[in-house]
Amino acid sequence: MSYPKELKYSKEHEWIRVDGDEAYIGITDFAQGELGELVYVEVETVGETIAEGEVFGTVEAVKTTSDLFMPVGGEILEFNEKLSDSGDDEPGLINSDPYGDGWIIKIKLSDLSELDALMDAAAYKALVA
Amino acid sequence: MKTTPLTEVHIGLGAKMAEFAGYNMPISYSTISDEHEQVRASVGIFDVSHMGEFILKGKDATALIQQVTSNDVSKLQPGDAQYSCLPNKEGGIVDDLLVYRLFEDACAEGEQAYMLVVNASNILKDWKWIKEHNTYDVRMHDISMFTGLLALQGPDAIKVLEKLTTIDLAEMKYYTFNKGVVAGEENILVSATGYTGSGGFEIYARNSQLVTIWNAIMEAGKEFNIQPIGLGARDTLRLEMGYCLYGNDIDDTTSPIEAGLGWITKTKKENFNSIETFRAQRKEGVSQKLVGFKMEDRRVPRHDYIIEDVDGNEIGKVTSGTQSPTLDIPIGMGYVHVDFAKVGTAIKIVAGKKRLDATITKMPFVKIS
Repeated sequence: MSYPKELKYSKEHEWIRVDGDEAYIGITDFAQGELGELVYVEVETVGETIAEGEVFGTVEAVKTTSDLFMPVGGEILEFNEKLSDSGDDEPGLINSDPYGDGWIIKIKLSDLSELDALMDAAAYKALVA
Repeated sequence: MKTTPLTEVHIGLGAKMAEFAGYNMPISYSTISDEHEQVRASVGIFDVSHMGEFILKGKDATALIQQVTSNDVSKLQPGDAQYSCLPNKEGGIVDDLLVYRLFEDACAEGEQAYMLVVNASNILKDWKWIKEHNTYDVRMHDISMFTGLLALQGPDAIKVLEKLTTIDLAEMKYYTFNKGVVAGEENILVSATGYTGSGGFEIYARNSQLVTIWNAIMEAGKEFNIQPIGLGARDTLRLEMGYCLYGNDIDDTTSPIEAGLGWITKTKKENFNSIETFRAQRKEGVSQKLVGFKMEDRRVPRHDYIIEDVDGNEIGKVTSGTQSPTLDIPIGMGYVHVDFAKVGTAIKIVAGKKRLDATITKMPFVKIS
């Protein structure tokens, strides 16, 4: 199980990589392991501004369905087209590379101070390990 | 949490483990779809030792089982197995089960002996239920705690098992069984049964024999790249066949007639619990039916999602759903009002705020050659 130090983590098992006032968001290695093989990722919120804690999409695993939650508020700029069914349609990238090619959305942060409420790698590891 | 004789083996193989019916069970070892495809294409082995087994013996064992089960147990010869259910008194199902008519050497002259194989989650409920009906002085033994069960499933299962046993597997017809030596272990019951639709065998042994048999099968299966298969793929395999799962598709409130289990509900029998209800349902029809459906959407249907007609009226509920590894689309089962049960009917599955298109489909979803 890996917990990259440069990321921040939410209780809902999303990670966020901040780059200025933009950020990439995905689900953690722990989360993909719990869900198992992913078969579909649905994000129909590109262009919308969504508050922290609200749902921005849904993932389907063979065994279960899980909503995806915003770790912080922001405008959805992009849905990773490698995952999207209108793009490469390879949801399995979330299983094989959750922190890399398996990123799910890119956002423009609404309020940088919301990042302070998220966990660092050590705190997240303590939560799930 | 309870364990099986193989729990440590599963953990050693790196299985993802989870609690199921009070047992610590393997959900998957690699991925559900790889395990699924291995069984469909060749052979896989499941530890399903959580299942319950009761032995019933006595001169009226047939009469007792005839009264508590819906199928016609009088049809069974020693060496036959039968799928059946235990109806309750309200027209629902206490459990579904397999009934094995054991060989005559298992009991005294003039007696009959049976093994009933029941769902792990229902062992206590079934035991009490059958005991309540046992006014016949039939001797009952719950051997669940001492009994292990392996399912060797897939088209190459026979080639693996025949290396290890003196039992004539080629002669064994579907839903029959025999006893013999397997992997040097004696008195093993092997039946041509399973829950995958891909053929194969189920192997009943004492707990102390199970690891030896598992290891021998894993060794003998190497040339077929045999893999251990978890409960995740067990669910996708059975769902592609449209087999019911107790607690999902059938329960204390669902009728076997509604569930498509009319074929194991022999209402011409003299008597069993709820027989009048089932006779009436046969004659007058039922208001809802268990159907299969294919999604026209990528989202996967799940237990308890509402089913609507195309005009938005609620017509039923999803009981099981998954991504079909064979078809590579989401499939499901659920109860719908009879007016919408016809194959080809367009329905909507409600997933949160979304209404997903689906079509009623014939089951099994997958044809096995």
